[in-house]
Amino acid sequence: MKKIVLTVQEFMLLSGRAITNLFRGPHYWADVMLQMDIIGIGSLPIVVLTGFFSGAVLALQMSDTLSTFGATAQTGTMVSLSLVKEMGPVLTSLMMAGRNSAGMASELGSMAVTEQIDAMRALGTDPVKKLVTPRLLATVVTMPLLTIISDFVGIFGGFVVSFFFIKLSAAQYWASSYRKLDFGDVAEGLTKPFVFAFVVALVGCYCGVSTRGGTQGVGRSTTQAVVAASILIIFLDFLIAKAFVGG
Amino acid sequence: MNDPAALEFSGVTLIFDDVLAIDNLSFRVDAGDSLVVLGVAGSGKSVLLKLSMGLLKPDAGQIYLFGEQISGIAEADLLPLRRRVGMVFQESALFDSLSVAENVGYPLVNQPGKPPAPEVVEERVREALRFVELEAAFDKLPSELSGGMRRRVAIGRAIVHDPRLVLYDSPTAGLDPITAHTIMTLVLKERDTAGVTSVVVTHRLQNGHLLANFQYDPASGGLLAGEHNGAGSRTRFLVLEKGRAAFWGDQQELARQQDPYICKFVMKTERS
Repeated sequence: MKKIVLTVQEFMLLSGRAITNLFRGPHYWADVMLQMDIIGIGSLPIVVLTGFFSGAVLALQMSDTLSTFGATAQTGTMVSLSLVKEMGPVLTSLMMAGRNSAGMASELGSMAVTEQIDAMRALGTDPVKKLVTPRLLATVVTMPLLTIISDFVGIFGGFVVSFFFIKLSAAQYWASSYRKLDFGDVAEGLTKPFVFAFVVALVGCYCGVSTRGGTQGVGRSTTQAVVAASILIIFLDFLIAKAFVGG
Repeated sequence: MNDPAALEFSGVTLIFDDVLAIDNLSFRVDAGDSLVVLGVAGSGKSVLLKLSMGLLKPDAGQIYLFGEQISGIAEADLLPLRRRVGMVFQESALFDSLSVAENVGYPLVNQPGKPPAPEVVEERVREALRFVELEAAFDKLPSELSGGMRRRVAIGRAIVHDPRLVLYDSPTAGLDPITAHTIMTLVLKERDTAGVTSVVVTHRLQNGHLLANFQYDPASGGLLAGEHNGAGSRTRFLVLEKGRAAFWGDQQELARQQDPYICKFVMKTERS
């Protein structure tokens, strides 16, 4: 119990320092740009693939269910609402957790066990500013953008299935997709990746910098980062959805 | 009033998981002096170095770096003080994704305010690499270097910003005798040419012997028997046993010790 409380306390302290550093120099802009490339551009292929096939499978499943009510024409609406509000942000974030939280934990973990983080401190650099804050900033900027791309590609995937297999017309699909989306849906869909970005970056970095125990410790930290980030994303998704849905 | 010590411990205690890592330790190293810290593995030698830079915080006691107490101050306030110190880690701790030149230039580039111009950084990096006789490795990655070369790059990185105190954590550990001698020659070269205070953690008494009895000779690039030997030397020895100071004094006093731990340790290291 004492260990859990200590871990939560250390995580909160690291998060607080990383967030405070966003507004306090020195800023390592070159590191931020590098991380944006690694996290943002690097994640683009998996996000696009995940988004496309999620939309495609959603269209298949929804059209099958909707056909029993004679409402196949509403496939576009179901696909776009599901993707924008729920599946786009959550799947993108889970993919980012699998790829980037793990990457951060293993990279920073390797640095920790080989004393590179201590060396950084000894050379007069704050490792939170140099390592954690650039990763946090890069994730917070790129994740909502990746989610938008994932949503769009997913809706396009739904269109491909609807057009070629369900035989809906393009106008019918796109009009029903667009018409039902309101500001609240888009706001919910963009709030989630913004919040999840903090989870992906901070959990990955915390697991990395707190790594102990050599290469085995690096493996353990990497696994813990993915598991903890994924669970937190699902949990926070429920809280945010509850806040938007109300009741 | 005496000048402030380069490094001073006063009743320092550190506990790790209910185990005393450092037990009520007090000593003082004046500017320009050398300190050799001896002890078996797990006696607290590396922990002492990390405490000296504020990388670890003591549970009790005070640590003074250049006269400023560092044991109670925030990490952000420690950073400027750390820039006056160089540290060579046991396994070199080079940044493995950066080249040798980027590693050595790291303290120059990553400093508050505007960093020096790239050509100034390059010149100083080349100067540091010439000092450790490794200029040819300028563009190499740490993974392309041998253990001894990595240790030399780490020394170059530790001295590139002209520190007044250099801490060496087992600089010759795991190296063959010839490479170990080369590394110790560099330690003496830095001490004798730049006049920096040196703290050398080691488990080899030979390293302490070199520091206490030899000087760097710029003419030959090697070591010469110094004019200050034994009690007259500015080299002090600290022997740690379970985090406690088992001995503090000069080389002659160390040789006269009858304590079984110190005798056993000294004899062991002399044979190794």
